[in-house]
Amino acid sequence: MTATPAAALLRVRDLKTYFVTEHGRGTARAVDEVSFDLYPGETLGIVGESGCGKTVTSLSILRLVPEPPGHILPGSLIEFEGRNLLALAPPELRSIRGNQIAMIFQEPMTSLNPVFTVGDQIAEAAIIHQRLSRRAARARAIEMLKLVGIPDPEQRVDDYPHQMSGGMRQRVMIAMALICHPKVLIADEPTTALDVTIQAQILELLDRLQHELGMAVLLITHDLGVVAGHTDRVVVMYAGRVVETASTTELFEHPTHPYTEGLLAAVPRVDTPRSRLHAIPGQVPAATAWPTGCRFHPRCPYAWEKCVAQEPPLLDAGGGEGEGGRHTARCWLVTEPERRQAKR
Amino acid sequence: MTAPPAPPPVAAPLVDVRDLVKHYAAERRWFGLGRPRPPVRAVDGVSFTIPSGRTLGLVGESGSGKTTVGRTMLRLQEATGGRVLFEGRDVFALDSRALRALRRRMQIVFQDPYSSLNPRMTVQETLREPLEIHGLAGTVAALLDEVGLDAVFAKRYPHELSGGQRQRVGIARALSVEPQFIVCDEPVSALDVSVQAQVLNLLADLQARRRLTYLFIAHDLAVVRHIADDVAVMYLGKIVERAPAAEIYALPRHPYTRALLSAVPEPDPKAKKNRIVLSGDVPSPAMPPPGCPFHPRCPHPLKSARCRTEVPPLREVPAGSGHLAACHYAEQPMK
Ligand SMILES: Nc1ncnc2c1ncn2[C@@H]1O[C@H](COP(=O)(O)OP(=O)(O)OP(=O)(O)O)[C@@H](O)[C@H]1O
Ligand SMILES: Nc1ncnc2c1ncn2[C@@H]1O[C@H](COP(=O)(O)OP(=O)(O)OP(=O)(O)O)[C@@H](O)[C@H]1O
Ligand SMILES: [Mg+2]
Ligand SMILES: [Mg+2]
Repeated sequence: MTATPAAALLRVRDLKTYFVTEHGRGTARAVDEVSFDLYPGETLGIVGESGCGKTVTSLSILRLVPEPPGHILPGSLIEFEGRNLLALAPPELRSIRGNQIAMIFQEPMTSLNPVFTVGDQIAEAAIIHQRLSRRAARARAIEMLKLVGIPDPEQRVDDYPHQMSGGMRQRVMIAMALICHPKVLIADEPTTALDVTIQAQILELLDRLQHELGMAVLLITHDLGVVAGHTDRVVVMYAGRVVETASTTELFEHPTHPYTEGLLAAVPRVDTPRSRLHAIPGQVPAATAWPTGCRFHPRCPYAWEKCVAQEPPLLDAGGGEGEGGRHTARCWLVTEPERRQAKR
Repeated sequence: MTAPPAPPPVAAPLVDVRDLVKHYAAERRWFGLGRPRPPVRAVDGVSFTIPSGRTLGLVGESGSGKTTVGRTMLRLQEATGGRVLFEGRDVFALDSRALRALRRRMQIVFQDPYSSLNPRMTVQETLREPLEIHGLAGTVAALLDEVGLDAVFAKRYPHELSGGQRQRVGIARALSVEPQFIVCDEPVSALDVSVQAQVLNLLADLQARRRLTYLFIAHDLAVVRHIADDVAVMYLGKIVERAPAAEIYALPRHPYTRALLSAVPEPDPKAKKNRIVLSGDVPSPAMPPPGCPFHPRCPHPLKSARCRTEVPPLREVPAGSGHLAACHYAEQPMK
């Protein structure tokens, strides 16, 4: 579970993925200079406002961004075991995708093919990458369905996606992703459609595979309870940028970026009675028109002139030199902490 | 549609669901291969009422029939049995014209926003359509503003939106026709917590302003706690517990509810976990176990032979409390 300063399995550097929106309404800078590392055996959480670029980041890693309208800009680097995925030829890429790097997609219904049974779709990766026979692959598919807690797997393997509930489809996606024992699993909101007992079961399954196989997980989730319980480090994104990184305990104890602070305050809790929830005021800007200066400044309770004029870099927020790596925040408050106090 | 100054203490139910049943027949295999399958008993005798202006939270196991309840209530799917009364009128007996009129007053926000939006229509077109059909005064800009989306999104297509942005378009569409009742099927599960808080506050404000009634389907018990007046818990097509929200969170009387509450992940990396782990296979809704449907996985220390043979009825414990539970040992709930 611990991140060792060994070689990173996956390195993302200055990733920029833009979309030309239809009818020439401008360029959506969906992912804008995103960098992070993923180490073997660790779980890195990505959290952030809806529309901030989490899904596009993960799709970029597997080069699944539809081109056009999307494109990954030159100067971006995505390195897996020392190889730049952005420079690989399609056949090489295919041998990695779904085999060494697998992905659980956010919307199961759109990524499952409605005309094939779920069993065929789960088995496919095992047939292609592990060269299993049809019969063996089917048996593996049933085994995987059982592992993700689908009742009656021998029967359900022949279901079509529309015959399953939302949560079952999500587990089918998980089964597909895990069948080849990938080294890196990118899980985009893998448990949003699941009830908490099954969610716990799935997350434990991921934890176990991680221990047994040293799999690294990039976990995109908006559930901060899941982040707290199942990640080692966290990357917080806002408006296409990384705005804070820290070890999970450090982030929860010392949230530094005002967006992170607002996020943690908005979490509904099961042990507090009905009440109005804290929400960050204002709206998420559109990716075609990010604000100038710090992209969070129009919604920030602390913002001052400097924040409007100049975007802060990722600054060292201190307190995080330990095993979880550095704690950084893209916020001028790091240089002028007294301003935070004044507001409180 | 302005709210009356003070709601009566016990409002008449706006929605009254009685013994709702939905079975899916097993599809016949081609070439006659494979054994014939029994039907999936997706919803198996579900009853509840929702008073006007209130929210019933519906939680439960994945695949337990929550979405099916919502869809059959609005006749997006035909029920196998039972009745649904909306303001005292039998929804299942309406002809197609009356049903269309009713659709304006009963809306749904779908669990999967992508497949429920027309990919060839911009957000603006999607939202304008119902306004025009029903001759309503609302504007697309006002609707987008209500759900916290910038006006620039009006010209986008669904594939140009993130998951959470799409979900808000789905909510805006449901609100556009000014309904009285909305089935919200996991309306915030795709949203990050700050947008989620905005949408939940919005739903609460709309409820106060327009006296809206919600069936709120969710798996996040913390979210349900913040929106629901009453909570019903489903397991294998049946309601196994139903109570006022404060009551069910303080003293869950069904062991499945207890297990659900114990599994809620805490937003604190140092939290101690006392999760009740359910063992045993998840049973199939095509072949529910005899006796109590939960018995094969039940962790209750008092579990007995009776649980394997006798179906526990949904009954009020203690009498007069309004707290219903389907457990033989509801008087001695698990700690
Ligand atoms: N094909 C596209 N054309 C134009 N803009 C796009 C396209 N796909 C995504 N975007 C924009 O890129 C931004 C990032 O989207 P992304 O799906 O990565 O968000 P996200 O962080 O995953 O959000 P969520 O939590 O809601 O899933 C959004 O503002 C979205 O509107
Ligand atoms: N069209 C269909 N044909 C056959 N079976 C179906 C169909 N739709 C749903 N089912 C089955 O009915 C049961 C209930 O499904 P439903 O979608 O109502 O569950 P749910 O409680 O909403 O679950 P989730 O929390 O995962 O969304 C499941 O076993 C599902 O596989
Ligand atoms: Mg996303
Ligand atoms: Mg559902």
